[in-house]
Amino acid sequence: MEKQLFLGDEAIAQAAIDAGLSGVYSYPGTPSTEITEYIQASAVARERGIHSRWCTNEKTALETALGMSYAGKRVLSCMKHVGLNVAADAFMNIAMSGINGGMIIVTADDPSMHSSQNEQDNRVYGNFAMIPMFEPSNQQEAYDMVYDGYDFSEKTGYPVLLRITTRMAHSRSGVTTRERKPENKLNVPGDARQRFVLLPANARKQFKILISKQDEFVKASEESKYNRYFTPQSPDPKSSSGVKLGIIACGIAFNYLQENYPDGFEHPVLKISQYPLPEKQLTRLVDECDEILVLEDGFPVVEEQLKGYLGRGIRVRGRLDGTLQRDGELNPDKVRKALGKEVQSYYFIPEVVEMRPPALCVGCGHRDVYEALNEVLKEYEAPKVFSDIGCYTLGALPPFRAIDTCIDMGASVTMAKGASDAGIFPAVAVIGDSTFTHSGMTGLLDCVNENTSMVIIISDNETTGMTGGQDSAGTGRIHDICKGIGVHPEHLRKIVPLKKNYEEMKAMIREEIEYRGLSVIVPCRECIQTHARKAKEAKR
Amino acid sequence: MKTDIILAGVGGQGILSIAAVIGQAALQNGLYMKQSEVHGMSQRGGDVQSHLRISDKPVASDLIPLGSADIIISLEPMEALRYLPYLKKDGWVVTNSKPFENIPNYPEMEEVMKTYNALPNKVILDVEQIAKDLGASRSSNIVMLGAASPYLGIDFSKLRKGIRNIFGKKGEEIVNTNLKAFETGRNAGEKIINTNQHYLHKNDLSG
Repeated sequence: MEKQLFLGDEAIAQAAIDAGLSGVYSYPGTPSTEITEYIQASAVARERGIHSRWCTNEKTALETALGMSYAGKRVLSCMKHVGLNVAADAFMNIAMSGINGGMIIVTADDPSMHSSQNEQDNRVYGNFAMIPMFEPSNQQEAYDMVYDGYDFSEKTGYPVLLRITTRMAHSRSGVTTRERKPENKLNVPGDARQRFVLLPANARKQFKILISKQDEFVKASEESKYNRYFTPQSPDPKSSSGVKLGIIACGIAFNYLQENYPDGFEHPVLKISQYPLPEKQLTRLVDECDEILVLEDGFPVVEEQLKGYLGRGIRVRGRLDGTLQRDGELNPDKVRKALGKEVQSYYFIPEVVEMRPPALCVGCGHRDVYEALNEVLKEYEAPKVFSDIGCYTLGALPPFRAIDTCIDMGASVTMAKGASDAGIFPAVAVIGDSTFTHSGMTGLLDCVNENTSMVIIISDNETTGMTGGQDSAGTGRIHDICKGIGVHPEHLRKIVPLKKNYEEMKAMIREEIEYRGLSVIVPCRECIQTHARKAKEAKR
Repeated sequence: MKTDIILAGVGGQGILSIAAVIGQAALQNGLYMKQSEVHGMSQRGGDVQSHLRISDKPVASDLIPLGSADIIISLEPMEALRYLPYLKKDGWVVTNSKPFENIPNYPEMEEVMKTYNALPNKVILDVEQIAKDLGASRSSNIVMLGAASPYLGIDFSKLRKGIRNIFGKKGEEIVNTNLKAFETGRNAGEKIINTNQHYLHKNDLSG
């Protein structure tokens, strides 16, 4: 078949469709968003009626995916790394119940935090849940891992965690696709209750089964075509120090290693793209070498496993001993340095070059909200603004400098409550509509139950803006949702955030701060990006 | 054959369209390629970049190593400079001359241009003006592609075909506008190179 140019994300999506996918359940999050978007735009997916609508958050997504798998169908659930924290309850317990129809969970990690608040490495989750993991080094592998991964998942009876990084997700390359398979038929096995009712009596049995499966998972890794042992081509593998070096390269790190040895490796190399770790090949590498260099993009997961806590056994180099920087994304230059080779630059960045941070779009409603809020808060001695994850986080930067916190999805509401409980006044939460329905609604109920003295501003742009304008679960219903949760109608206010409404908006914020109970203000105006896009589509 | 290209600009200027055309053309030439992009938060008025690697052998790293880019193509003059550590010694910088000033501390243009004096191989042109003169103000990125086209190691005809593929969905008129933008950019770029003959001999400009 002819090669097609795919982003890593697109290769995953196409592979899932080709493998007989029946549904994708996800919440948008960079760098995972394009997987679900690709399926939403796919003609085949539409024709087959593959479910692809966005979910309210990663937990609802993963649980719904499990429901589809329970019914015998093949399913995909995609999230950014921190999204798996939200879905962790479901994730850990799916490892206990196992699956029925094949299930692939994609975690898109973001080393260097290109657009995230941490760079957690979710291979830790894979080990934690004791399930098999894939980590592709290129787009073709990503395709093949998903395409074959469904068979693998169904054969083992467990979900597969596919771990990619930003670079893999957002890098494009030629991919050969394979024959399209039909979807699975509806089929719930007779013993499903013993597996899916995780009462302690059943769960204990299920855990024993999971433990007993570990050898099978290791064997699969040892036999995997994605894990490869390379013997060096040059006869003298001794490094300058006279020590025989062996190299482990996980996932995309393998590319950076290869880049530095265009004519073939000079050391034994073990490429790892399937976990749990392939014991046989690892043993061979350790037996053949005096020292192991571990290259992995993210946390020193393999390095730690290999080294052990006291590090008295195998000599391991990597992110823990400073051979590689402990944090941040890998690249060919960092790997080059770790290999003791020289990195050369001929030109420096001239001093005239200034930082160009991202900014809220001109005409964005969040701008109007912050301008009015800043004005009002000047009247108070020690106001604090607790914000959240979304475009409006950019309110932290000049010219606004309007927010004091941004921690995790939904934390604006709950942190503001805790701060108010402690005596902070005024305590203001700023959250977007999509983040509110993702994780703010439950916190709001806590605030309602105590009528906490705080103002929650739900800056509603009727979309999930920061990830590119995906549908937001509560569009058109934010006001009703707040009312339903129990916000007092007199302190549930609406406004259109426009310059002409500044004075009204300021008065509203001031009044609600002074109320000394719970208030919710919903400034609502569509995101100018989605508005422009819709106008363009309508013109066509 | 191997060409390592860094594309630079400000979110929304259209560097990914340039990358898409080159990528299509490379694939049609039977070449290997990898192209790494910036998506997400960094799109909003911030600096954006893409690493594009084309070769007749499989490409290993998705990122270009320092000191080895053959060319930096930039839609903004200050942004090109941000990636200079990636440029190889005799690499080319092809950039738009018109600044995109969305930060309060944007440097004086004179200072920016001074730093270009220190670069041996550069093509600086106002692609927005060229596109405007053509009545194709939305195709300034394709004018830029044209100006950079002699350095890509890909046939012009294949690049033209790439433009057809990428813009084909939008109708024949838009395809033709972009083809015109491409040719005009190429001519403008070559004119500047011809005043810079010395470097012409040092580099393989066939294609």
